[in-house]
Amino acid sequence: MSGMVEKRGIGTWLTHGGLILGIAVICFPIWIAFVASTVTQDELVRPPMPLLPGPHLFDNYLEALMTGGVAPVWQMLVNSLVMALGITIGKIVISLLSAYAIVYFKFRFRMFFFWLIFMTLMLPVEVRIVPTYEVVANLGLLNSYSGLILPLIASATATFLFRQLFMTIPDELTEAARVDGAGPVRFFFDILLPMSRTNIAALFVILFIYGWNQYLWPLLITTDPSMNTVIMGIKQMLPTGDQTVEWPVIMATAMLAMLPPVLVVLGMQKLFVKGLVESEK
Amino acid sequence: MEKRVVFSNRWLPYLLVAPQLLVTFVFFFWPAGQAIYQSAFIPDPFGLKTQFVGLGNFEYLFGNRYYRESFLTTAVFSVLVTVSSMSFALWLAVLADRVIKGSSAYRTLLIWPYAVAPAIAGVLWLFMFNPFTGIIAWMLFQVGYVWNHNLDGGQAMALVVAASAWKQISYNFLFFLAGLQAIPKSVIEAAAIDGASFWRRFWTIIFPLLSPTTFFLLVVNIIYAFFDTFGVIHTITQGGPQQSTTILVYKVFADGFVGQDLGSSAAQSVVLLVLVGVLTVVQFRFIERRVHY
Repeated sequence: MSGMVEKRGIGTWLTHGGLILGIAVICFPIWIAFVASTVTQDELVRPPMPLLPGPHLFDNYLEALMTGGVAPVWQMLVNSLVMALGITIGKIVISLLSAYAIVYFKFRFRMFFFWLIFMTLMLPVEVRIVPTYEVVANLGLLNSYSGLILPLIASATATFLFRQLFMTIPDELTEAARVDGAGPVRFFFDILLPMSRTNIAALFVILFIYGWNQYLWPLLITTDPSMNTVIMGIKQMLPTGDQTVEWPVIMATAMLAMLPPVLVVLGMQKLFVKGLVESEK
Repeated sequence: MEKRVVFSNRWLPYLLVAPQLLVTFVFFFWPAGQAIYQSAFIPDPFGLKTQFVGLGNFEYLFGNRYYRESFLTTAVFSVLVTVSSMSFALWLAVLADRVIKGSSAYRTLLIWPYAVAPAIAGVLWLFMFNPFTGIIAWMLFQVGYVWNHNLDGGQAMALVVAASAWKQISYNFLFFLAGLQAIPKSVIEAAAIDGASFWRRFWTIIFPLLSPTTFFLLVVNIIYAFFDTFGVIHTITQGGPQQSTTILVYKVFADGFVGQDLGSSAAQSVVLLVLVGVLTVVQFRFIERRVHY
């Protein structure tokens, strides 16, 4: 028995060591980006770059926010926020409504509609990129929030999740509500919505990250710099032939672009894990 | 599955499904239809009229050496991303599962890269491996290895794989950890009492019991590598050098928007559509089965 305890002691030590090593590997790129956002361009272009933060954090972040690249980063952050919230809220609202109809009503074409919606599970925007761009251009939605948001809320994942959830809600509740004289609208707002609260919150976390991190779509449809989102805007800042934006400013922008979704994940960790494991992506 | 108790209303259900159906039709069925339609035509050089070519675009596509190479590139890329990300995540999850004190702190530190956008992951790795100024490129140079992913296709592939796999580790870690925690401790303790070493326990008990999670993650990671890594490729290599990192999703974009070859791009969209369809069916069948366990 004492042998096992001894082995356990070394084992525990190795376990923690391994985990710390893993975390170090995973955090290294972020640490480097953070350090780079606190020093000057001169310190970065002559390798090796410093491994500890310098005193220029404030200058670099201020320059990124106020000047940035083709557009100031504060404006890109606002655009990203509008887009992320628009996609998140839009998806949740239309999915709640359609899942409610499909589960709680009997009507012609019910299953047909369900399958129509369900088929969209299969087609990320990356796949239908050229024709979707043409449709959005024909509708005059280039360089607009509607153009950024609407094509990305056409997805079945959320509808499917809410359908699963509603199926687990006992019929007795519906019956009781009906006996009390509640119509479908009252039932939805007074019973179904409060019962779905945690699922909605969990989905909110996942969808916010999904919306915030969109890249290809805003890259295509926002040719006007004032409509750029931060995730695609940072690509325009990368040095090409005639370098204009300095690395510390680019890295400050990268840190700013990561901050909101990372804060959401860390702040709502329980809900995030729940949302992730339940929505299976 | 059907509800016993339902509401009856003549128009309300249609009103409720209307928003989603509208969005689905305008931004899903219309473009998908366009893609299928356009894949059967080629525009003349002036873009004034189009000519019907039937399956000609597809014939041309699969006869095209670059497209076939792009398939191979995608396969290599997906396998490397999936295997490296999943094995690193499994290793971390096995360790985290053994920790009694401080496991939530470790989890917190390991899950947040999930929130980093693929394009940002690309920028971070590009910065570390910048051939002239990057810290890791510099370290490699100190040990006599010249790093320039702008010239070396193999290095370019390694870099986009590393950035893509790095971003996906958190996701895999969370699912592996949940899978490990669901394995009854008594089974493992029994094996330990019988004198099975840790590695023996891992390969004969833990790994087989984890196989549903592993299979699920395999599909999710392949879908991720196929479609969600556009940002990584676009920020780091733009498909180069010499097309060595041009995966299928990148090629649709490059041919459609940069090359303006709409017929070919539409045909590629249709091919991808079929691929996603197959992957989704595999994934969905699996999820359905899990639900019924």
